[in-house]
Amino acid sequence: MLGREEKVSQLRLTAVQYVLLGVFLVLAFGLWRLQVARSDYYNTLAEQNRVKQVPILAPRGKILDREGRIIVDNYPSFSVLLLRDQKRDLDADADKIAAGLHMPPDELRARLKRMAAVPGYQPLFLKDDITPDELAFIESHRAELPELDTITVHRRLYPKNGFMAHVIGYVGQVSEDMLTQPQWELYNPGDIVGMSGVEQYYNDVLMGKNGSRQVLVNSRGKEVGTLSDVQAVPGKQLKLTIDLDLQIAAEEALEGKPGAIVAMDPRNGEILAMVSRPAFDPNEFAVRISRDEWNALMTDPGKPLLNKAIQAQLAPGSVFKIIMATAGLQENIAQNLIVNCGGGKTFYGRFFKCWIAANHGSHGSVGISKAIYQSCDSYFYTLAEKLGIGKIAKYATMLGLGQKTGIDLPQEVSGVMPSEEWKIRNFKQKWYAGETISVGIGQGAVATTPIQLAHALGAITSGGVLVHPHVAFPDQFPAGFKQVSTYNDRVKFTLDEDNWTTITDAMANVVSPMGTAGSAHLPGIDFAGKTGSAQTISNDLKKKLGAEGKRDYKDNGWFVGVTPRRNPEIVVACLFEGGEHGALAARVAAKVIAAYVAKQRSVQTNVAKANQAAPGNKQAEVAAVWHDGDAKNPDKLQAGRFSVPADGAAKPVSAAPGVEADEKPIPAADLEATESHAEMAHPEAAAVPDPAGPKPDLRPAGQPAQQAPAKKNAGAPIAPPAVALPRRQP
Amino acid sequence: MSRYVSFRDFDWVLLVLVLLICALGVVEIYSATLNTKFAGVHLKQIYWILGGVTLMFIVSVLNYQALLERVPMMYLIAIASLLAVALFGHKSLGARRWVQIGSFHFQPSEWVKLVLILAMAKYFADTKSECSAQDIVKAGALVGIPMLMVLVQPDLGTALTYLPIAIMGLFLGGMKAKHAVVILVIGALLAPVAWHVLKPYQRDRLTSFMQPEADAQGHGYQVIQSLVAVGSGGIFGKGTAHGSQTQGQFLPVPHTDFIFAAFAEEHGFIGAMGVLLLYFIVLMRLIQNAQTAPDRAGAFVVMGVVAVLAFHLLVNVGMVVGFMPVTGIPLPLMSYGGSSVLFMFLALGIVMNIRMRRFVN
Repeated sequence: MLGREEKVSQLRLTAVQYVLLGVFLVLAFGLWRLQVARSDYYNTLAEQNRVKQVPILAPRGKILDREGRIIVDNYPSFSVLLLRDQKRDLDADADKIAAGLHMPPDELRARLKRMAAVPGYQPLFLKDDITPDELAFIESHRAELPELDTITVHRRLYPKNGFMAHVIGYVGQVSEDMLTQPQWELYNPGDIVGMSGVEQYYNDVLMGKNGSRQVLVNSRGKEVGTLSDVQAVPGKQLKLTIDLDLQIAAEEALEGKPGAIVAMDPRNGEILAMVSRPAFDPNEFAVRISRDEWNALMTDPGKPLLNKAIQAQLAPGSVFKIIMATAGLQENIAQNLIVNCGGGKTFYGRFFKCWIAANHGSHGSVGISKAIYQSCDSYFYTLAEKLGIGKIAKYATMLGLGQKTGIDLPQEVSGVMPSEEWKIRNFKQKWYAGETISVGIGQGAVATTPIQLAHALGAITSGGVLVHPHVAFPDQFPAGFKQVSTYNDRVKFTLDEDNWTTITDAMANVVSPMGTAGSAHLPGIDFAGKTGSAQTISNDLKKKLGAEGKRDYKDNGWFVGVTPRRNPEIVVACLFEGGEHGALAARVAAKVIAAYVAKQRSVQTNVAKANQAAPGNKQAEVAAVWHDGDAKNPDKLQAGRFSVPADGAAKPVSAAPGVEADEKPIPAADLEATESHAEMAHPEAAAVPDPAGPKPDLRPAGQPAQQAPAKKNAGAPIAPPAVALPRRQP
Repeated sequence: MSRYVSFRDFDWVLLVLVLLICALGVVEIYSATLNTKFAGVHLKQIYWILGGVTLMFIVSVLNYQALLERVPMMYLIAIASLLAVALFGHKSLGARRWVQIGSFHFQPSEWVKLVLILAMAKYFADTKSECSAQDIVKAGALVGIPMLMVLVQPDLGTALTYLPIAIMGLFLGGMKAKHAVVILVIGALLAPVAWHVLKPYQRDRLTSFMQPEADAQGHGYQVIQSLVAVGSGGIFGKGTAHGSQTQGQFLPVPHTDFIFAAFAEEHGFIGAMGVLLLYFIVLMRLIQNAQTAPDRAGAFVVMGVVAVLAFHLLVNVGMVVGFMPVTGIPLPLMSYGGSSVLFMFLALGIVMNIRMRRFVN
């Protein structure tokens, strides 16, 4: 130890000091660069890190029926989130989680594996719309499985089993690639929007506006505070013209039958019921439809996603004969046309069969009325030949065939009404006169939708007023909603009263024992309509296909019915695909008509309401029927409602549609007649104790009567002032 | 000899500076763990520091010459402990670094550092100022063997901390420039081989600091969050317990490896520069102690400690400011962790020991 060893080089120690100074300066520069030079940039990044925008989802508006009953509602639903906290061994927990959430553990593991590349702070949506016991599982395992969390989402609750599915439609998420399409470009990806039905058409009403919340989060996405709160604006509710009672009746009537039903009020175009079969369950879309389910729906030969009421374009068959009759009568051809049906007729060298030939018979001598209720093909072949395609197309087009009706539902189709111009435009070919013959019975190139037929026949039976069909009440729309239409547009066309009477009376005979749908007769109801059965392929082709062809290509059954026969309150079009006979479709439609009438008869009248609400009221509303005959129609009756004030002067509040109240103000003298009829009507009503039960038709056949004469509660407590007052009038 | 030793010669200034750094570390550990499951570990850190200081005083009264004489035995024990880790080590996060003795987790690689400092000092104490190629190979093997053993744990970071001990020893031992050039050339040639040996995650770590945005959600995540933390701190910082990156747990391990980022976020450029300056003064003070060391071995020991401390500082702060890859090397005196704290105070104890004997011979 003694004797100094050589010391460490002082030079090299100094060198180390300079190296360390260099290190110090480099690190200081590093700090300066981040904290002084680019501090703002990193401050922004830090804010983005810790502030998270959380959308507050606006619940969609409810969808109600015409009486305010809820059809579509929302329900709060929970979705499970997996917070992939790195501190947890998710693979070890997978079995427990899978068991609690009723998922196959392999599938869960596979998803975890797939999501391994995604950074851990992004939560994984494990399952949507969990059941209460799954929610309970998560709540009770908060401590053991802290990686599970739930969020609340408002989901659509649609009626079960596809009830009204086609009218309502369904909602879905806007995906990235949908944003390029014009109809979606205003939405954000992930928005829940209507994809069909009224959900789509009235999406802007129903959707509402999402709010957002700025929250402070930590790196695991856990909220540690709130910065700002923008509340969501819930969607507005939408009131439909649909009557749930009638919709139920229509759904039940068509159960198990492919096809469609449209029930419309031809006075204003309000759709009362609309059914298409087969149906789909929109609730499957409300959560997340699986690819398999979607493919099954898309490839189903019954086309369950199609709303056949507005999207099925099929040959109308004999229903078209009502349009033919209108054309023939208005052109003054059909009135005096008598055709001898020999089971068919020959035109242009070819024999065209009448349907009766299949029953080895013929219709004999046929006039227009019998031609309608017996649906004689020979007659309408002849009429078609006499009219020519030009006039047929003119009337059919005037009645809305070959065009969209403009109903407030997406993807309506226009159908086809052939004409010479149509053929040249689409086929660059001349129209052959022989083609006109098939058009005469609604075959050939004619294609219509159920809504078009309801629209057209509703207009004819209403005496020539075309309305605008719609499923939502325009006056229920919120302020600022861009309305396409108020739906009160009317198109009138000339239909002579005699012709109107002829057609409607013949239609009433269709459902009588004389007619083609005698089995659909509704006792006590002024029911009228027209059957149709339309070939889906030609008879020759069917013969070639043999038994197989008979099974696969059955004729479609059609029926369009109204009640009452003139100025109807309801028109029902029924398409029964493969139903073969119009009479079968007629029986379906008859159920809807019967349900409608039963409901109308059971509804409380305003008379009774006024009575109950204010016994001392000086005003009362009275329904009345009065004689309005002339030389031509000695039995003609009219009906209307009157508000009778206590001081004696009565004034009509509304006249029956088809009765031009403004043009023909009821003279005071007529009130005498009104009273007597009113008095006459009530004892009848009182005689019917059970409002729900079937009622005898008290009207003489063929009398247009706006009011169903018998009403629940209407009879006995007839408003005393209303009855008493006219008596005081001399 | 101990009768010449007096605590009057103890480097109280150095101790105060070191305890100041430790105190800042404890405050930052408290702040960074405030809302986490680690809350309260700053108290444990205080116990470690108190234990370390006690250890430092004990070591400072022992004669470092006696320690140096026992270096061969200590070296063998070090190698044996590394073997024990490889055979019975507790596997954590994919690496065997710890041995469990009772309820105590022991990380031998930290202590090996101290042994290596002493071994290098012992080796070069006996050589002349000239450093032959033979010396280089021998000294290199002395450090290289334990380094390889740590590398296979695998703990690249700790293995790398042995490197500056060898470099410092060789440099002060009088390595010639031409030898240094040869070593650099060999190193450059071996680099591709070493790259090949590295595990993929280690490669990603080494490259991601250069372009963290390329893999912002994966390997670049820690780097980016660290840069955001430091950068958003600005000049004055966000204040203790108010750093959003730290408190929101965006910053990875803010109480251990990334404690400097947490400190820089909450105390800004001024605070971070202050800490850097404290470290710089500590290092200068240590070099001063090496200059006044009673013998060549003492100077080597102190400079070995300087090398380790400076390397940790460079790699850790370099990582935090985005100049260096993420290697998992803690910041001595500030980062939470018993092994690291005890090592530093043991090393400082030996430094004090040398300083107190500066007038002995």
